[in-house]
Amino acid sequence: MSEVKQVPEAEFGSYYGRPLLKMPRWKEPHLPAYLFLGGLSGASAVMGAAAAATGHRPLRRAGRLTAVAAALGGTGFLIAELGRPERFLNMLRVAKPTSPMSMGSWLLAAHSSLAGAAAASEVTGVAPVLGAAAGAGSAVTGPLLATYAGVLLANTAVPAWHKAYRQLPFLFAGSAMASAGAAGLAATALAPGRERVPAARLAVLGAVIDVAVSRDLERRGGLTAETYHQGGAGQMMRAAQWLMPAGAIAALAAPRSRVAALAAAGLLAGGSLATRFGVFRAGPASVADPKYVVAAQRPGGRG
Amino acid sequence: MTGNRLSGPLHDVAGDAGYDAAHPPRVGFFTDTSVCIGCKACEVACKEWNGLPDPEPGDLLLTGMSYDNTGALGANAWRHVAFIEQERPLLAPAADDADGADGQDGGATRWLMASDVCKHCTHAACLDVCPTGALVRTEFATVIVQHDICNGCAYCVSACPFGVIDRREGDGRAFKCTMCYDRLRGDMEPACATACPTDSIQFGPLDELRAIAQTRLDDLHEAGVAEARLYGADPGDGIGGAGAFFLLLDEPEVYGLPPDPVVTTRDLPSMWRRAGVAAAMLAAGVAVAFAGRRP
Repeated sequence: MSEVKQVPEAEFGSYYGRPLLKMPRWKEPHLPAYLFLGGLSGASAVMGAAAAATGHRPLRRAGRLTAVAAALGGTGFLIAELGRPERFLNMLRVAKPTSPMSMGSWLLAAHSSLAGAAAASEVTGVAPVLGAAAGAGSAVTGPLLATYAGVLLANTAVPAWHKAYRQLPFLFAGSAMASAGAAGLAATALAPGRERVPAARLAVLGAVIDVAVSRDLERRGGLTAETYHQGGAGQMMRAAQWLMPAGAIAALAAPRSRVAALAAAGLLAGGSLATRFGVFRAGPASVADPKYVVAAQRPGGRG
Repeated sequence: MTGNRLSGPLHDVAGDAGYDAAHPPRVGFFTDTSVCIGCKACEVACKEWNGLPDPEPGDLLLTGMSYDNTGALGANAWRHVAFIEQERPLLAPAADDADGADGQDGGATRWLMASDVCKHCTHAACLDVCPTGALVRTEFATVIVQHDICNGCAYCVSACPFGVIDRREGDGRAFKCTMCYDRLRGDMEPACATACPTDSIQFGPLDELRAIAQTRLDDLHEAGVAEARLYGADPGDGIGGAGAFFLLLDEPEVYGLPPDPVVTTRDLPSMWRRAGVAAAMLAAGVAVAFAGRRP
């Protein structure tokens, strides 16, 4: 009788063990890269606007240029993700609040335009007042672009994503702040140390939020939270849990050390990417085994 | 207009979508699996009528899943007949059948067959999340994809709580059951219901089908089939009731159906609020980072 378990494992019926839902068609690296670049662009735009308002010229330039470059890169990944890329503009055919992808497409279009205008003014020196206005506008679209991505994933039937809908916008906000801080640190590595102070603070703040929200997500998620611990998703989430604190510590030393600034930039950009890949990978994992879907829907199910 | 735009019961689904009062009644399927014989005439009729492509060469596999080599609903299979073989008494066990308890003769095979299809939900997540407007509600309150609009973003694939709609490989667009919209427009029944030889698939106005299904359920319960249950017939469920609902003889997940699906957009207002708060937090965090006297 030694093989009888004290607590029997929960039993769920299934149809030959097949998934109850369709596996997400979104793929790597496109979707997680888009999440990363959208967050980087959004938070960098705010960093550029704040730097412009407080007279930090190197960070203003870094923020504005990173914002437009990341927005364009993210758009590229988004288009490449489509089954019919040539129909990308159909995204702007309607505006639907029930579709985060529709809202996100409009946000991305507005944000890219504003960030592009601010960056063009930054590079050419033409129309600095209009450039500053566009930059200020991108500081409004930017945060929304960074956090709507949490709704994009959560508003699905995929258990790992949907059950995390309370945390994902905050996780992506923290991760975006860390990545923008990293971009700021990298861009000001050769500037005087005092120019790096705001970027270092932003990086530390973002890393702390990322780690804290990740912990909350993994603790509260019930059975489905397994998918954030196991397999490829678990690897990425664990990597982020090391990279972010390490990057934050390096960022604390960044104002006094160029080496620390560059190290922090690398660690935090890596941590931010790892968070996005980890969250993305938990989705398919939670579909592949039908038990996560059933557990979430049974009365009293812990899901 | 009613208050239940994202979840909950909705009396006039087509009217809510903007059709005027002259729109036809909501139609649907009642699939009574207790009389399904697994002939797959529905699968064949659907494929023929809708011109669905052959499976990819690699898909022509024997699955080992009883007689089911279709596997699941998808872009190229809009009806799917599930086959489940169970070692258990045919009907509810008779109380005096004590001899059967030793396992020698109590294990007759019960063969469950069920034809699955798109549920044409009252609150259709696929339609809600579609960013292009390619997925629309018809005047019959069914849900269809406009293939000249779809850009293959695949959001509907992840949003469907039943795993129905999918993107077609090599084509790039999303496909699913239309409830034979073209036939409905011509006052004809959908191909699957027309082909079904046992009336396991019944087509008609949804109100009438729900009444028929309740009568059938009561009859089965009276006959001792205690495990019979309706699936998707309740307007109070997580999707506001299905346009295509079922009579099942076991738990839904045994047939590959989620036990109690909820449309994801039910939680969407809360999600947007959180995204707004998180965005404000991000902006405030940047402001804090730049605050204070320059060092």
